[in-house]
Amino acid sequence: MNIATAPEKLTAKDFASDQEVRWCPGCGDYAILKGVTKTLADIGTPRHKTVFVSGIGCAARFPYYVSTYGFHTIHGRAPAVATGIKLANPELDIWVVSGDGDAMSIGGNHLLHLLRRNVDLQFLLFNNEIYGLTKGQYSPTSRVGTRSPSTPMGSVEQPVSACRFALGAGARFVARAVDTQQKQMPGILMRAHAHKGTSFVEIFQNCIVYNDGAFDKFTDRSVTEDAQIEVRHGEPLVFGKERDKGLRVKPGALHLEMVKLGENGVTEDDLLVHDETNRILAEMLVGMEPPMPVAVGVIYCNPGPTYEGKMADQTAAIRSKSPAADLTEVMHRGDVWTVEKH
Amino acid sequence: MEGSIAGRENLDAVVVRFAGDSGDGLQLTGSHFTLATALAGNDLATFPDFPAEIRAPAGTTYGVSAFQINFGAREIRTAGDQPDVLVALNPAALITNIGNLRLGGLVIADSGAFSDRNLKKAGYEANPLEDHSLDAYQVWPIDVSKLTLEAVKEFGLTQKEALRCKNMWTLGLVYWLYNRERDASVKWLKTKFAKRPEIAEANIAALNAGHAFGETAELPGDVHAYAVPEAEIAPGEYRTVTGTDALAWGLVAGTQLADIKLVFCSYPITPASSLLHILAGLRQFDLTTFQAEDEIAAACAAIGASYAGSLGITSSSGPGVALKTEAIGLAISTELPLIVVDAQRAGPSTGLPTKTEQSDLLQAVWGRNGDSPLVVLAASAPGDCFEVGIEAVRLATKYMTPVIVLTDGYIVNAAEPWLLPDLETLEPFPVHHREDAEGFHPYLRDPETLARNWAKPGTPGLEHRIGGIEKDYDSGHISYDPANHQRMTDVRAAKIRGIAQDIPEQTVDQGNEGGKLALVGWGSTYGPISRAVVNLRAEGLDVSHIHLRHIWPMPRNLGELLAGYDQVLVPEMNTGQLIQVLRAEYLIPAEGLNKVNGLPFKIAEIEQAVRGQLES
Repeated sequence: MNIATAPEKLTAKDFASDQEVRWCPGCGDYAILKGVTKTLADIGTPRHKTVFVSGIGCAARFPYYVSTYGFHTIHGRAPAVATGIKLANPELDIWVVSGDGDAMSIGGNHLLHLLRRNVDLQFLLFNNEIYGLTKGQYSPTSRVGTRSPSTPMGSVEQPVSACRFALGAGARFVARAVDTQQKQMPGILMRAHAHKGTSFVEIFQNCIVYNDGAFDKFTDRSVTEDAQIEVRHGEPLVFGKERDKGLRVKPGALHLEMVKLGENGVTEDDLLVHDETNRILAEMLVGMEPPMPVAVGVIYCNPGPTYEGKMADQTAAIRSKSPAADLTEVMHRGDVWTVEKH
Repeated sequence: MEGSIAGRENLDAVVVRFAGDSGDGLQLTGSHFTLATALAGNDLATFPDFPAEIRAPAGTTYGVSAFQINFGAREIRTAGDQPDVLVALNPAALITNIGNLRLGGLVIADSGAFSDRNLKKAGYEANPLEDHSLDAYQVWPIDVSKLTLEAVKEFGLTQKEALRCKNMWTLGLVYWLYNRERDASVKWLKTKFAKRPEIAEANIAALNAGHAFGETAELPGDVHAYAVPEAEIAPGEYRTVTGTDALAWGLVAGTQLADIKLVFCSYPITPASSLLHILAGLRQFDLTTFQAEDEIAAACAAIGASYAGSLGITSSSGPGVALKTEAIGLAISTELPLIVVDAQRAGPSTGLPTKTEQSDLLQAVWGRNGDSPLVVLAASAPGDCFEVGIEAVRLATKYMTPVIVLTDGYIVNAAEPWLLPDLETLEPFPVHHREDAEGFHPYLRDPETLARNWAKPGTPGLEHRIGGIEKDYDSGHISYDPANHQRMTDVRAAKIRGIAQDIPEQTVDQGNEGGKLALVGWGSTYGPISRAVVNLRAEGLDVSHIHLRHIWPMPRNLGELLAGYDQVLVPEMNTGQLIQVLRAEYLIPAEGLNKVNGLPFKIAEIEQAVRGQLES
């Protein structure tokens, strides 16, 4: 007898755990938590089939605040733990939550290999360009000259670009979001979830205590529309409050340039149309920094086979050849001899 | 013992050492000889001894690879203290191995490889086959290179390919010397080179030529053809097995008994990599193998697998286990099952990767931050790895704890005949994941074992969050409460200590419970200690042998048992590690017998130490 029961319709509130949230008041993480729980409700994956995995840092507290399964692991290693979870049970829906120190510094190696293997999960990088939990040291994404307790004279290292790193590592889904832009975030996260493979999402997140306003140049409400470009597959790369600015490949050069529609005879036909399967375009888009507009949205999505999928294919192939795996038979392979009773 | 075979002198036991360039294929020669010897009904033990370099420059002393086998008509427990026969395929093999040959022993040397150039590379100023410097031994120089080239001439191989058949020619000769059958090697060559039949035929021709050479050659001095009669061996089905084979099968058997999926995550490192290779070839079973990007990722992926309800297993050697340390702490804190196999090698840092040592015991028992107890087991011989693998799965899943399994470079590579176990007779210990949501929290404990309940993601109603931060005893939520931390630390320790009630009491391997002296060993020192105690007891000395499998927690009766001896001597291939734990636990004046030269103990070394101890 089959009785079709409509699945329980969950709301964002259903994904809040009973734990008191302990981020600093005003932290960008609150907004992200809101965006993620809304997305989870929209997706409708049952709570018991969802796992949040994190490493160490402010962002890594995230799993405690979601009412799904959660594993708060050790610094930088969440991608490896998540890979193990997926190997054990490919049915689970896994989200990894990380910060710029966790993902790009101590865990850089694991993130590289997660992306290259294309394990099917969502990887959210909360980038605030600073170490929060250890009280304000500069991070691998901090800009040159960042004054912090460990760099009182300013940091001298070149920062790493998270999205360029991801593309370089072979990521097949790269997107960007902003903590406070809640209208966009669930849509981007939905796309990340729908993509089979590792979906890398960098979220610009404001640390109100140690790096307040780090992204104001392009996230302050007064400048958002002119300082950001929200990319959409198949649509021209247009932005600006008046929708009068756009991007095109500079004639005779291999880089993007910002143009104004109507000036020098430029029309919308001259602009680039966003192709999210184009890696070269994606690399140019994520490389833009002010005064160029900062690209947000789904910048690259070009699905390929997943690690666990390929492994499952191999397993199925070997099992179809020898369906009854018998350890006694394996131990008897090769030369076996019998010693008789003396 | 059977009567002697016509023209052959019966031997009770003999030690043969094959040595040559690492490109000469002597490990293969050794494994063929091992099989032929097992099929001839002898007991045996082997010791593969090879350099760290994959292909060191030909003819150099550091490129010498060797394989030693001890076989006999009696029970064999070690690869032998001193070879009786040394097969040296070049001057470097001779110079590096002659010092250990029994005086009067036989040297079979490939005189064709003793060119001026090779002599110089090995450091000889004159040809030792000609200058009487080997007069203390019996020397049988044979131009193996030339004879091999002649034997395989008709198959049209290149000079290089033809010379590669040298090992088979040598094997044929030694087969003849000890009356071994060639059939198994012929069969193997035909299968191995099925796609290049000319190579198979050339190797078989070389094998036969070496054998024929023995039949017709004029033998030097008092060298004879020998026979080694069958040993008294318990009846049953046998095969040769390395520690790696046995451990892989033990882990598979264990997870079958636990009714749980095995997820094996590892990163290549000498001498542990072969376990990954073997398990990767067994994916028809309910198992997954994963070559991670590094040691840490391997441990973390294994932990992730256990969190998801499978059994995560990782393996490495000492330096890699050091890297996994923080992750092992996470498994201790989250109380997840995990097996960490440590195939120990010599020295701190990179040390001597291909040489054996037992110097990770303290790392295994104590080497983590915080109070972080876990279970430590040690395998004593290649075949013993099977049972240790099963025991590791049983304890990890029953007690929700990491288990470190200590093997070593000797055990993983050495082969011994192994009585095949009857899997049907093994007692299952099925894992029960929690499914009941009523009253659930992740740190609910079984009142008897103190193990927490294991709820895997995917189970409705049991959604929970765990991590490396201290948990509240009563809810499993994060807790920074000082009294709670004391309570959780105590319960983690009590859980592991309590396992002593669930493991067998320590027995005496040989000798009496109580007496003048007990030799207490662990791991691969089993063979030499065991043989030494046989010999010493035959002389009438009051010596007993106790060998530990459970290193932590220790068997519940061990303290009392050791207190019954006047003296306790602890032989270890380290500078004294088990002895520190024994002294700390039982406040006994145990003394150490220690060695760290990268080689297993010799029986004579242990005998001498015991005699000295009893006389003092």
